[in-house]
Amino acid sequence: MTVLTRRSLIGVGAGGLLLSSCDKLSNSVGANDFVAKAQSATYGWQRLVGRQALAQEFTAADISPVFKPNGSTNPKDDDYRRHVDEGFANWKLKIDGLVRKPISLSLADLRALPARTQITRHDCVEGWSAIGQWTGPQLGPLLKAAGLLPTAKYIVFHCADNYGGEISKGGAQSTGRYYESIDLIDAFHPQTIIAHTMRGQPLDVAHGAPCRMRIERQLGYKQAKYVMRIEAVDSFAKMELGKGGYWEDRGYEWYAGI
Amino acid sequence: MASVADTPPSQPLADTVVAPPPGRVYYRHRVVTRICHWINVLCIGFLIASGLNIFNAHPALYWGQYGANNDDARRWFEIGASSKADGTPIGMTRVGPVTVNTTGILGLAKGTDGQQLAQGFPEWATFPTNRDLATARRWHFFFAWLFILNGLTYLIYGLVTRHLQDDVWPRLKQLAPANIWHDIVEHAKLKFPRGENDKEYHILQRLAYAGTVFVILPLMVLTGLSMSPGFDAAAHGFLPQLFGGRSSARSIHFIVMDLTIAFIIVHVAMVVLSGPIHQLRSMITGWYDTGKERRP
Repeated sequence: MTVLTRRSLIGVGAGGLLLSSCDKLSNSVGANDFVAKAQSATYGWQRLVGRQALAQEFTAADISPVFKPNGSTNPKDDDYRRHVDEGFANWKLKIDGLVRKPISLSLADLRALPARTQITRHDCVEGWSAIGQWTGPQLGPLLKAAGLLPTAKYIVFHCADNYGGEISKGGAQSTGRYYESIDLIDAFHPQTIIAHTMRGQPLDVAHGAPCRMRIERQLGYKQAKYVMRIEAVDSFAKMELGKGGYWEDRGYEWYAGI
Repeated sequence: MASVADTPPSQPLADTVVAPPPGRVYYRHRVVTRICHWINVLCIGFLIASGLNIFNAHPALYWGQYGANNDDARRWFEIGASSKADGTPIGMTRVGPVTVNTTGILGLAKGTDGQQLAQGFPEWATFPTNRDLATARRWHFFFAWLFILNGLTYLIYGLVTRHLQDDVWPRLKQLAPANIWHDIVEHAKLKFPRGENDKEYHILQRLAYAGTVFVILPLMVLTGLSMSPGFDAAAHGFLPQLFGGRSSARSIHFIVMDLTIAFIIVHVAMVVLSGPIHQLRSMITGWYDTGKERRP
């Protein structure tokens, strides 16, 4: 009895020690920074082996019956509500930042542009997937028309929705406004489109009306919805918490190709 | 009784005590094999624990190209919490048509703070212990890279030195049903080959090791890569179509994780039952003591 008790105590003690060591490890800034280096390996490797590769496209028969809306599905922000009420009649998409000629497009302008339609798979970071059909102009030609400056390195998508959530790691403040960013390889990728149409219908509010990004070789959180402004930058270090996106500021990888 | 002081100072105590007669000890594991083995232990430990944390973000599995909350027909596995008629919360796990009450282990279990917590796998099994998808992914991918580089080192080294062909790959004559059956019976009686018969892996060992090295772990890597949208594009649709789609690949990734855990349980049990000291020593120093011949 005594032996059993002692043994079980040792067992519980060893288990507890293991768990608390794991906690120390997962909370260690140094250890986390170290393991985060694997992200550069993933990014470098995927850019090396598949720089221009296209994401797989599917047929209409493969489309998910219900495409799960995720993240913000009905933004409460006043400006956005006003646009919804006005049917996006006064809404404008701005393309600016490090460009020679900033562009401003109404929804009608956006819809009048040559568009690409693609049926692709959307992979959420959580693990679920959905296949959807998207239509919209490619981002690349619009950036060319705006005259991207040679100093531009990233394209940032500013969104209308404030997703809120946890604030501040390391003292910096995040407003909670959704934003995302990609490199120029993805920005000029043929499947990177500003989707205004989903399965032949105008994009609904739950899926990001009036337009959302499709960046088909990355995870769902890169597919910014409610896009209001597309900005070319040389760095996003001064933006929000400096990691290049809403979820990136909360610990997720900037390169979401994995 | 000899005291410690009687031991010649030039000889470490442990060697004096256990040094077996010549012929019984042979060099079984080369240094590269041993280093790869222990790096693999570290990698798989972190990969499973962080993988379970990742799984908790969406504790359900599907067959096919896609699968999400509304795709009931495609969902074949799920862990969740619900409540009994009287309101008592319970943890539930469903595999196909079978739903099991798994309260205390899956779906609903005590967290590290002692409070009941509704989540897929319990906190004691995940890394980090608290549910944290971003951190779990960071650690998972770090160890995935290390696991792949370590595994490639092991495979290339093992092929070049013929370790894999000679020592791990099942020999044709060992595959005779009578031999396999004999080995199963001996294992069931916990009688393991010793002496001269223990100088090479027997058939059950070879099947377990070869199955893990050539089937389970490569499947783990390929199904893992299939979940990467960037890698899928680079692979021009070969992955994940090889597995019938991304959601299928995710399911298979989970199944081979279960098989890996089964392997680890059996492997560790065999080490413990067949003599943990000489087994562990050989994977640390390389030298394996075959022990005394067993009388038939």
